[in-house]
Amino acid sequence: MSSAHPTADAHGHDHPKHLAHHYDTLEQQFEGNKLGMWAFLLTEILFFSGLFVAYSVLRSNYPEVFEFGSKFLNTTLGATNTIVLLVSSFTAASAVRNAQLGETSKLKMNLFITLLCASAFMGIKYVEYSHKYHAGLLWGGNAHSLFNPEAPYVPHGDHATDSLVVQERIAGMEVDESRMFMRNMGRFFGVYFCLTGLHGIHVLIGMVVITWLLRRASRGEFGPDNFTAVDLGALYWHLVDLIWIFLFPLLYLIA
Amino acid sequence: MNSVEKEIHYLNHEKGFKSWFWTLDHKRLGLMYMWAVIAAFVLGGVFAMLVRMELMQPNSLEGGQFLSDQVGGLSAADRYNHFFTLHGAIMVFLVIIPGIPAALGNFALPMMLGAKDVAFPKLNRFSFHLWLTGALFFVGALLWKGLDTGWTFYAPYSTSHSDTSVIMATSGAFILGFSSIFTGLNFLVTIHKLRPEGMTWFRMPLFLWAIYATAVIQILATPVIGIALLMLSVERWLGIGLFDPALGGDPVLFEHLFWFYSHPAVYVMVLPAMGVVSELIANFSRKPIFGYRSIAMSSVAIAIFSFIVWGHHMYVAGQSEVVSVIFSALTFSVAVPSAIKVFNWVATLYKGSIRLNTPMWYALAVIWLFSIGGLTGLFLGTLGTDIHLHDTYFVVAHFHFVMVGSAIFAFIGGIYYWWPKMYGVMYNETYGRLGCFLSWFGFNLTFLPQFVAGTRGMPRRYFDYDPQFASYNMWSTIGAMVLMVGLVIGLFALVHSLIGQRRKAPANPWGASTLDWQCTSPPPPHNFDHAPSVDDPYDHDILRWDEQEQGFMPIDPVDGDPNLAKMGSARTAPATHS
Repeated sequence: MSSAHPTADAHGHDHPKHLAHHYDTLEQQFEGNKLGMWAFLLTEILFFSGLFVAYSVLRSNYPEVFEFGSKFLNTTLGATNTIVLLVSSFTAASAVRNAQLGETSKLKMNLFITLLCASAFMGIKYVEYSHKYHAGLLWGGNAHSLFNPEAPYVPHGDHATDSLVVQERIAGMEVDESRMFMRNMGRFFGVYFCLTGLHGIHVLIGMVVITWLLRRASRGEFGPDNFTAVDLGALYWHLVDLIWIFLFPLLYLIA
Repeated sequence: MNSVEKEIHYLNHEKGFKSWFWTLDHKRLGLMYMWAVIAAFVLGGVFAMLVRMELMQPNSLEGGQFLSDQVGGLSAADRYNHFFTLHGAIMVFLVIIPGIPAALGNFALPMMLGAKDVAFPKLNRFSFHLWLTGALFFVGALLWKGLDTGWTFYAPYSTSHSDTSVIMATSGAFILGFSSIFTGLNFLVTIHKLRPEGMTWFRMPLFLWAIYATAVIQILATPVIGIALLMLSVERWLGIGLFDPALGGDPVLFEHLFWFYSHPAVYVMVLPAMGVVSELIANFSRKPIFGYRSIAMSSVAIAIFSFIVWGHHMYVAGQSEVVSVIFSALTFSVAVPSAIKVFNWVATLYKGSIRLNTPMWYALAVIWLFSIGGLTGLFLGTLGTDIHLHDTYFVVAHFHFVMVGSAIFAFIGGIYYWWPKMYGVMYNETYGRLGCFLSWFGFNLTFLPQFVAGTRGMPRRYFDYDPQFASYNMWSTIGAMVLMVGLVIGLFALVHSLIGQRRKAPANPWGASTLDWQCTSPPPPHNFDHAPSVDDPYDHDILRWDEQEQGFMPIDPVDGDPNLAKMGSARTAPATHS
């Protein structure tokens, strides 16, 4: 039996620069990476599916609560965010093409716009969240005093307008009816914060990935024989976008 | 072959803690997984023994008969709840799920493919580090406030009532889930993209088919328990109101999400075990495996069916009767591919030239134990009988036969099988067989009486029981002691082979035709000095026992003289000779 030579290259290939030692060809490596990413995206979809199931179950348990709660979401901001993400998906897809063609400056520009859109999305999300917070539109038992029918309702400070919006919504109702709706509002907003919160975390992860790609692009690392990272990063970003496409109508457009 | 110590292989080409902790080598990662899983198994085993000792005799309700009352502000009954929970959680999340895929799969899979490594070596290392992190969370929960929810974490007890480290434990399970997902993802891509030329899907060893089917389950099912545990943690932390009915949530929703993962997870445990058994039975019968295609396809069928039967865990949890009937009917579908495997193993034994080495003892033990575990599952899948049997010791005995009797026994059998390849040494067969026999005997003595106790109504998870169940529990505890002795001897036989006078293992001690036996024992860091040639994985006639080598050598295709045909050279394609 021959003794071991740890450095022996059994294949006898000249390994290109970007080829890992355990692959034979760049094509095989690219296909492997791409399959791995698709499998990962599948796990992401199933990860979110748990929350979508929770949404379905709770909505079918309390359809009127969901319909009523949806009225407190700002459709204009939600639609703006949808457009922002769609634009970012377009620039991410363009970035892949730039990387494949070796157009480094365009690649950097497209990645930068994608990052900008992601930041805009999170900014708008922040505005929405703070409105909900100050209006007391929260989850489960963490309700604003407004939800407690016994407590007197006093709008306060700068956020009085947020609370006034709530008041306006329930103005047309019978007192008992409005109290019942407000008391149960946590059931809708619990799901709302879970779904948009988990999606927001994914946007943040995507921003880290795009920043990393931008950094590598600035060093001129990407080109026709090395664009896998951009391709996979863009795939991930498309998924983040796609999940929002489902979240927007399910949460904002119920009524 | 005398200069054993001078050979350079994956164990000694780099030294030191960092060379192991930061390694990208799948073989080293496999070994570290193996020892880490064994350590967790010992910890889980200690809790099992504490549970069994307490249950040995019925107690007075004031205190335990074994556990003393009031330690650290907890009564004996409270601590009993912690012990069975930690036993279950550690054994499921830290031992059985990663056991065969992460330890044996990592070690053997790339070599079986004739590859240098898995598709994503860094992701592989990350999986292992995630495992360690998850294990730290579990140990943290154990040391902090313990855990008393049962390994199932059912809401709303876990979200709103339990005063233990639930979030820490669920975070640990969440992290371990991602470790499992990344391992599965890695293996899936490796099998798709790194098969060597000539190895078509139906020329793969059956262990790889099993690992492939397992990987599909890991990728598709594990994220669901990930999100379920995340929702549970957030609910406990913030009171979101998804599961707790007091906040408008739905506790059955948690059970659905939990079992949508945890039933397929049973096959994450058992499928790789079946893969190991297929290798062992074929090899030690010196026959091509009977029904290769049906075994391969039954692995895939089990993976698919595993996703449509989860509701049989919830017959009495308030799901509708129609749904229960449908799930009951669907549950029987899993029995078909499982039985196909058992029949094929038995048919492989028929007229085989059977050698009773220790791995084969374990494989035969698995056929026995899995048959009992599988058939008793039918009683539980049947809606009518399950109403009577649910939450009794019948269930406990059933799933221990499957999860321990099949998964753990196959895991140990697999360790014995690949041990010569891992460390380049042969273990002592007498010790190995003794360990296997005592484990098998002790296991049966532990769990067969529990079937009887269960059918007579003894409920699971209780701290105390009616005196009518005393004799079953006495036998069960004695059996657990025998089982423990058997497992310790099994571990001793392995450690014993590494100390003192080591018996050098040949490249192919078992005469296996899969590619993992074509490299030296232990293998070089990059697995193969020469690219291995692909043949039928179960054609044992191309190998012949060589007295001088004390192992199997390929028969030279030209003149049939084994001495001329050295491993790894004669079978190599001529082009790679230079």
